[in-house]
Amino acid sequence: MKRLLLAGFCTIAFAAAAHAAGFTPPPESAIPQGPFGDSVRRGEAIFTDTQKNAHGFTGNVLTCENCHLDRGRKADSAPMWAAWVIYPQFRSKNGKINSMAMRIQGCFQFSINGKAPPLDSALLTDLQSYFFWLATGAPTGKKMPGQGFPELPKAAKTPDAHRGALAYQAHCALCHGDKGEGRVSQGKMVFPPLWGAQSYNKGAGMYRVNTAAAFIRANMPYSQGGSLDAQTAWDLAAYINSQPRPADPRKAKK
Amino acid sequence: MPHSKSICGVIGMAALNRTMQKALVCIATLCALPANAASPPRIVSQGTQQTPGCASCHGAAGDGSLVGVPRLAGQIGGYMVKQLNDFKTGRRASNVMQPIAKYLSAGDVRTAAAWYAAQSHPVPANPTPNAAQHAQGETLARVGDWSRNIPSCNSCHGPDGSGVAPSFPALRGQRPDYVIAQLKAWKAGQRKNDPMHLMGGVAAALTDADVNAVALYYGSLGGKP
Repeated sequence: MKRLLLAGFCTIAFAAAAHAAGFTPPPESAIPQGPFGDSVRRGEAIFTDTQKNAHGFTGNVLTCENCHLDRGRKADSAPMWAAWVIYPQFRSKNGKINSMAMRIQGCFQFSINGKAPPLDSALLTDLQSYFFWLATGAPTGKKMPGQGFPELPKAAKTPDAHRGALAYQAHCALCHGDKGEGRVSQGKMVFPPLWGAQSYNKGAGMYRVNTAAAFIRANMPYSQGGSLDAQTAWDLAAYINSQPRPADPRKAKK
Repeated sequence: MPHSKSICGVIGMAALNRTMQKALVCIATLCALPANAASPPRIVSQGTQQTPGCASCHGAAGDGSLVGVPRLAGQIGGYMVKQLNDFKTGRRASNVMQPIAKYLSAGDVRTAAAWYAAQSHPVPANPTPNAAQHAQGETLARVGDWSRNIPSCNSCHGPDGSGVAPSFPALRGQRPDYVIAQLKAWKAGQRKNDPMHLMGGVAAALTDADVNAVALYYGSLGGKP
């Protein structure tokens, strides 16, 4: 009971801290009428039901929202309002200055294991309308509190997939399934697959153990972000990323 | 439904003799059963030597009733099995269900859960939310309120609260009074048989207005699509 209470307090304290520091994007009710507002709404729909609304460019069942929680709004879950204001930027991943549109293309190629929508596509324009609108009032060029996933301190013990497997069964399998397959209801993906053919490929940011560990620690399980200790998050990330998943398309082509 | 209701009230009365109780249960079962449906298994229609059938309160088709009896039609089977086992062991408290569950065999539990999971009886009339409650309930169901660390209900309970096998119960069409009672029990720490304290944590963040709105919203949605 004490542990539960403690976990509860930590969760609340963590959530409160993240919230107090942060920027609040405008409410949905503030989306303007007219063509721009329509584009924002379409962008949000692509974000939350990617397979349906980005048809032809997806290669798995994941949605943007699976990693960017609360429709891309949640601080410490790589919120889109914080991302919008730090692009264009140089990325060592491809050695180029990346516009936001190029950055989103990367998500489609790796996290969504699909195809990059053309730079001038309505799909990328609508997503950018949505991000731009979420960032209403945010300072351009500033790294905002809540941006990305909060970096974890170096693991005290080398991240270990065997310890991770045990922690996975205790903390993750309820929602994501014993074999990381995710869960479906009424034909719709509810809990995303964490590995296998329907999950992100080996070129995705989440395939990096430090990125996955940071995401897990800050955001998992739902409503209990911050409840797992850092070592457990590292071990879980090591386990999840040790499981089979689609190849990095850049390497597959060579 | 009036038959089921009266029986539910009657079950608790120690004075009622066993024969009389059984007879009433049978009448209730017959009344609640749709004319052309497959016959429910014995555990549902008649119960055990010591207990009435599930149908005496929940109805053979699993409609439940507005005296705190949950709808079971189309409910997630694995969830119902766990709840019955939790009633047995006392992990979940209920003055009505604990004394009944202790007489159920593992087979009875499986059979009853499988029967109700397979029912898709139309949702009977539930109280309807007003416009403000509908909007508030729908927002919590579909979007949540992360500023209070409340994920959307649907993110665990499935699209429109259809449930996610094996652990997350369906909410659509559920009896609102039951949902309100349960959320209040979670909030008060009287119910705590959730895996990983997931529901207890979220329920603690809900206001009484949230609880009412979300219960009425789900109650107003149709049953299994």
